[in-house]
Amino acid sequence: MIRRTLREIWPYLVLAACVAAFPLVVRSTYVQFVGATIGLYAIMSLGLCLLLGYAGQASLGHAAFYGLGAYTSAILTTRYHTSPWLAMLAGIALTSAVAITIGRPALKLHGHYLAMATLGFGVIVQIIFHEGGDLTGGFGGIAAIPPLQFGSLAIKGDKLNFLLIWAITIMALAISANVVNSRVGRALRAIHDSEVAAQACGIDVSRYKLMVFVLSATFASVAGSLYAHYIGFISPDPFGLTFSVQLIVFVIVGGSRSVWGALLGAALMTILGQQIERYEAIKDLNTVVYGLMLILFVIFMPAGLADIIRRVTDRIGRKGVVANG
Amino acid sequence: MDLAGKLLQLTLSGLAMGTIYGIVGMGFNIIYNATGVINFAQGEFVMLGGLIAVSLVAVHVPLAVAVVVAALIVAAVGLLLERLAVRPVSGQSVISMITITIGASMLLRGVAKLLWGPNAQKLPAFSGDEIIRVGPAALESQEIWIAGTALIIVIATQVFFNYTVAGKAMRACAINKAAARLAGVNVERMTLLAFALSAGISGLAGVVLTPKTLMRSSSGAPLAVKGFCAAIVGGLGNGIGAVVGGALIGVLESLGAGLISSGYKDAFALLILMVVLFVRPSGILGRNTDREGL
Repeated sequence: MIRRTLREIWPYLVLAACVAAFPLVVRSTYVQFVGATIGLYAIMSLGLCLLLGYAGQASLGHAAFYGLGAYTSAILTTRYHTSPWLAMLAGIALTSAVAITIGRPALKLHGHYLAMATLGFGVIVQIIFHEGGDLTGGFGGIAAIPPLQFGSLAIKGDKLNFLLIWAITIMALAISANVVNSRVGRALRAIHDSEVAAQACGIDVSRYKLMVFVLSATFASVAGSLYAHYIGFISPDPFGLTFSVQLIVFVIVGGSRSVWGALLGAALMTILGQQIERYEAIKDLNTVVYGLMLILFVIFMPAGLADIIRRVTDRIGRKGVVANG
Repeated sequence: MDLAGKLLQLTLSGLAMGTIYGIVGMGFNIIYNATGVINFAQGEFVMLGGLIAVSLVAVHVPLAVAVVVAALIVAAVGLLLERLAVRPVSGQSVISMITITIGASMLLRGVAKLLWGPNAQKLPAFSGDEIIRVGPAALESQEIWIAGTALIIVIATQVFFNYTVAGKAMRACAINKAAARLAGVNVERMTLLAFALSAGISGLAGVVLTPKTLMRSSSGAPLAVKGFCAAIVGGLGNGIGAVVGGALIGVLESLGAGLISSGYKDAFALLILMVVLFVRPSGILGRNTDREGL
């Protein structure tokens, strides 16, 4: 029993140790910033991975939920002087309410229709951020958003934010892994393969779909709040269609049917994107690379990087058995 | 100008833009009918058409030739897209199809940005900057070109689908691929043809649109969204429906922008899309069927 638990939690312990050691080993605030960004993207990718990879539902509007979290945090803390943690909770509440409202009718739609409905929703939300006047600050956005706080310790700077964001990323990872390996996860996979068959087996298809949609929206909202309190400034730009599509790239490249894959995809693509951005000569290549990666992965490696790693570790594992036996 | 005049003005310019949405919607429908795929790169065809024409005119190719050549080049891009990206995953899940065409749209947008830069490119109006008076309202001559091109495309595609062997074969593929193959239709070739035709038409739409709205590498996505709205409102798969849907969206958008707020202009089309999707996914003119896995 204990051995089983250990086998299940050791990857988390290793990850946690790496996260704790990272700011000590890496002094560069730029690298810490990139690390924190990967954490934020990983939280959202995990949510989208559950929705896209496990439930088989495409959302092209996830940046909107990210934005809802960020804007709720920003508006409540700067305009109404709410505590940042409370603002974050309010963001979760609002995002869940919106996700339920939009998810109920949208999830009745299949495939392309759902993708387009969520795309429409995402674009409308970004337009509201643009046109929200004094409330959202329009194109100028909202500045001077206060940081999150633990007692008297303000979570300021790249190092502390890195630690906080990754602590939450690991929590999100654990939650996702739990969902995937539970009754719910099995139900979701059944829905992915055939909604009709799942229904025939007594699975409440629309309830499960809505549940995972709301959960993934909540992940995005939390990431949005973390981002707003970390950077201290938000504008409508990061919350549009481009980012919703980028999230899909993270999930597909990492492997849409593996929660660790979501983490891996977010890390790899963010680092790749950052590297390209750094060199003036190839800066404009970013979209090309992202598009090309998406096409190549869907055609040649539909199970993503996670699948390659799984195969490699399987092979090593088998060799080990042979050597011991 | 009095209110009636303003309404007429907004309706007319809305109709002109709406016909473009309608053509893009038809582009969606042609591919959808032949393959069951919604091509998320449809807007990039429009953008490419416009930008290629800009470059051709810049090297002193006569405008009429540039229009044709641009449409043909975009048609070739459509062919390549089908052959290199879509065919390898044909028969796979809808999610694969969605992601592959999203990837293609990013790729085309990125390449266009490398070739033409991020800035908006100009193309001269086909018959000068003349203004045509319609009662109290005024129309740019280019808007007549846009509407006229749309009309010709609609008639030409109707003739193609109803009276030519290739058109009928393509419709047969849409209805039942296996049966079409048994009847001797080369389904693969028809799929290729559908992509080329759809891309060519969208490219042409891009060329006639560019003098009115300018064109940049990022112009594709919003046009695709509007075109998709047109296709959905008119009933996905219904060619004439897309044009009617496009006109409707163009007019509502123009009225909304003129009478309520221009900032929310792009939100109107999407609101219409979502209302139609939620209330009547088969569209206003569509058959009321909801096939799983579309």
